Amino acid sequence: MIELAEVTKYFHRGSVNQVLALDKVSLSVSDGDFITVIGSNGAGKSTLLASIAGSFLPDSGTITLDGEDITAWPEHRRAAHLGRVFQDPLLGTCASLSIEQNLALALRRGQPRGLSRGVTDDDRAFFGHEVHKIGLGLEERLADRIGLLSGGQRQALTLLMATLVRPKVLLLDEHTAALDPKTANAILLLTEHLVTEQNLTTLMVTHNMNQALKLGNRLIMLHQGAIILDVAGEEKRRLKVNDLLAQFYAVKGEEFSSDKMLLT
Amino acid sequence: MSFFAFIGAIEQGFVYGIMVLGVYLTFRVLDFPDLTVDGSLPLGAAVSAVAITHGVNPFLSLFLAMAAGFLAGAITGLLNTKLRILHLLASILTMIALYSINIRIMDGPNVSLLGANTVLDAGMRLGLAPYLAAPVCFAVMAGLVMVLLIWFLHTELGLTLLATGDNHQMIVAQGVNTHKVVIFGVGLSNALVAFAGALIAQNQGAADVNMGVGTIVAGLASVIVGETVFGAGSVARAVVAAVLGSILYRMVIALALGLKIGDFAFSPSDLNLITAALVVCAMAAPALKKRLAR
Repeated sequence: MIELAEVTKYFHRGSVNQVLALDKVSLSVSDGDFITVIGSNGAGKSTLLASIAGSFLPDSGTITLDGEDITAWPEHRRAAHLGRVFQDPLLGTCASLSIEQNLALALRRGQPRGLSRGVTDDDRAFFGHEVHKIGLGLEERLADRIGLLSGGQRQALTLLMATLVRPKVLLLDEHTAALDPKTANAILLLTEHLVTEQNLTTLMVTHNMNQALKLGNRLIMLHQGAIILDVAGEEKRRLKVNDLLAQFYAVKGEEFSSDKMLLT
Repeated sequence: MSFFAFIGAIEQGFVYGIMVLGVYLTFRVLDFPDLTVDGSLPLGAAVSAVAITHGVNPFLSLFLAMAAGFLAGAITGLLNTKLRILHLLASILTMIALYSINIRIMDGPNVSLLGANTVLDAGMRLGLAPYLAAPVCFAVMAGLVMVLLIWFLHTELGLTLLATGDNHQMIVAQGVNTHKVVIFGVGLSNALVAFAGALIAQNQGAADVNMGVGTIVAGLASVIVGETVFGAGSVARAVVAAVLGSILYRMVIALALGLKIGDFAFSPSDLNLITAALVVCAMAAPALKKRLAR
């Protein structure tokens, strides 16, 4: 499905602030994999997702999707095959446009856009049905501006938009981190539902170890831009939070006790 | 205000209203402050005037003017997206380059259209009184542009323009090449501005290289006055408010110029001061209203 081969990315290369964000990362994602990605702050989790999304050109290495080299593809071209949800719940939707207009933009993801009506009656019927599935009662408010909704409602819609056209890969970048615990849980349940329903290949970055263990069939841990743990299947199911902590101690030593990850 | 000053303000309001719609498209829809307009208004005037003096049909000359304006805007868009030049600076560069280009097109600083056939003659042939021909013609054209613009902003392409100005990351994630959108959008905006420039030249009987000075200020003033007074709740409302704002802006200026307090009277050179004061009032109004309501 998607393959990263020795992908390396420096930020601020050549300056005193140079950071090695990805260090020859190789990752092979199979069709239907639901991978949770953990690691401390600055480990390269978000950079890993951004490298797949095409937010930047890697310094070296290649990225292939279904056997096609997409390393040089710009972000908007890759978007045809990707569904994305961001940490900031306001980033995935246009506040000044209505719910149905946002959904219509997502429905034509990766297709050329012309002078036909932005939102047709058929679209409206389809959106009503889809929005009903997320269970927030928003199907009655399709013409309302999205800016009127809460962060949680907007994140639920972003998730729906990312999967409205089946993406080859769904990229979730700490998409519940900015929400209150109750809303975060609802979004997580919705995520699980949508991923299972469409059997989506998914990468989910999270700060929450319990989340990382509970969801998905495979877990990877990043540290200083490299993958230091990659477990799947039965082995992952047996994994406990303590095992992950032990792994962290092994690579980070005392440093770990002060890390934010311990809190979650 | 005399009747003729009133009619004059309406006429100016509509014809400059088409320019204001262009400014609305960049300033509000694309969130791209675009100063190209100070050069593309005289560009439209120059292209249309030169075309007419070379025997081109005045209606056809409007399309030539729009094409030239589109090109000018597209260059600003290209400078901004492909060469990563800050939007304001990119538009200033195109604007000053257009000054030279406009003189080249006209082979001098101005072209007279006295006695030449213009689109307004068509209005007079329909039996309109001479003093009504221009306001009616311009009202019809501004109305047409408003309808087309509202329709366009509800198409798939129009929605991508609105989304690009609202949330860049979101629309990229939906697979849209925002570079193309910006180039097209700024182009379309300047096509409208050049269209207005062509009509103004045909109406006043000359194209002049300096007729574009202050276009952006008048455009912004009209957009802001319009949305403050008439609201901008929906796209359709914002489009209509922009043109009404343009009319209101011309009215205020006509009123101020006709004002006499004792020995004091405004002169045309005070126009910039009046415009600046008007924009400040319009921009401060929402905050003041809120404070008074509490």
